[in-house]
Amino acid sequence: MSKLHVSTIINGEPTEFLCDGRQTVLDVLREQLSLTGSKEGCGSGDCGACSILVDGRLVCSCLMLGAEAEGKSIETIEGMASGEELHPLQKKFVEMAALQCGICTPGVLVASKALLDRNPDPTETEVRYWLAGNLCRCTGYDKIVRAVMDVAAEMRETAR
Amino acid sequence: MTDIKYAAPDTIEEAVAILAAANGSGRVLAGGTDLLVQLRAGIAKPGTIVDVKKIAEMTTITETDGAFRIGAAVSGAVIGEHEALRTLWPGVVEAINLIGSTQVQGRASPGGNLCNASPAADSVPAMVAAGATVTIQGPDGRRELPVEKVAAGPGRTNLAKGEIVVSFTLPKRPKGSGDAYLRLIPRTEMDIAVVGCGVSLTMDGDTCTAARVGLGAVAPLVLLVEDAAKALVGSKLDDAALEAAAEACRAACKPIDDKRGTIVYRTKIAGVLLKRATAIAAERARSH
Repeated sequence: MSKLHVSTIINGEPTEFLCDGRQTVLDVLREQLSLTGSKEGCGSGDCGACSILVDGRLVCSCLMLGAEAEGKSIETIEGMASGEELHPLQKKFVEMAALQCGICTPGVLVASKALLDRNPDPTETEVRYWLAGNLCRCTGYDKIVRAVMDVAAEMRETAR
Repeated sequence: MTDIKYAAPDTIEEAVAILAAANGSGRVLAGGTDLLVQLRAGIAKPGTIVDVKKIAEMTTITETDGAFRIGAAVSGAVIGEHEALRTLWPGVVEAINLIGSTQVQGRASPGGNLCNASPAADSVPAMVAAGATVTIQGPDGRRELPVEKVAAGPGRTNLAKGEIVVSFTLPKRPKGSGDAYLRLIPRTEMDIAVVGCGVSLTMDGDTCTAARVGLGAVAPLVLLVEDAAKALVGSKLDDAALEAAAEACRAACKPIDDKRGTIVYRTKIAGVLLKRATAIAAERARSH
């Protein structure tokens, strides 16, 4: 089986990997690069637990082939904190206990950051629709949405 | 599990050649939101995957003299951010943007939605109403097809071996035109249409001078309902004209009974959505 050689940038680091034609980016992240923060929930793009950014665009890494990462810039949950310093969203999720079992949390955080990067002042409806592709089977949506709204307000205050 | 050959050519000619050489086992990859799901489920067993996202013509939106050409592999998210398209074809854009979640929008394309050939594909009734044509390239060169002629049945297309849908062309719009797409689902989003209805109108004052109606999820194919359009053209979109158009939609329905809706329900809703989508399209037409 001939492997494809892929050069990409992951969380700012030039990264190379080998994959076969049916491996997804999620497979590569978790199994080859040991970046296990992105989770596999459904494997069919319904749950959002594997959310990543590709060239700034929010996608499900289970619905993208590893080979497609060639030349792309990928951001995963592992790149969200700066060293030991958690991102404001991560801090707020801890503070407000906006998680229960935690499986959906990396995807929710990546998706929420993507929202706030493009819309620093979302309405609750906008947050809920943006995160409609991130399923939480503990059904902790209310705390998640409140945490995102809180962080948005704080980040706007800081930016002022 | 068999190996899959992955190719990401820069030109449409190369893509066609690779696909044609794959002898029926090739699949085109745009956003992958259908293909990768089918691959995982074992429904699709391609020997070769041809990723078309390095082909400029398939990944860009261009405007020439008021007509838009949308690359078949442009993502829903990119289409939704295109100001000029949103202004002139809000119905087409909202139909595309209804497909899946934010994550799915980051990848899913109108070309994939069309070629997946689901009768419930959201973008297709809006494209049919818009009078969109698709440009197809294959081993024998290029051809154009009206968008409603691409699907052959659920999951099947009229594309020949090696043919690829390259782009959609939305025609130049006369002044006073507007379009709309509505679908019925039991929740507010992230579901598959029970019925979908696209309407595109041109208004001269209060009189409708041109109309096209597309209906989805009520037959094996997305339908162009010409009788509904005829009922609207020449009218002032009064109750009688709207009822005649709704009746034409109901008459065109050949739906199935399934968990999403019964035959009776889908048929009734087709008429309801026609009236509501027409009202929105007319409002938009008047403000243009």
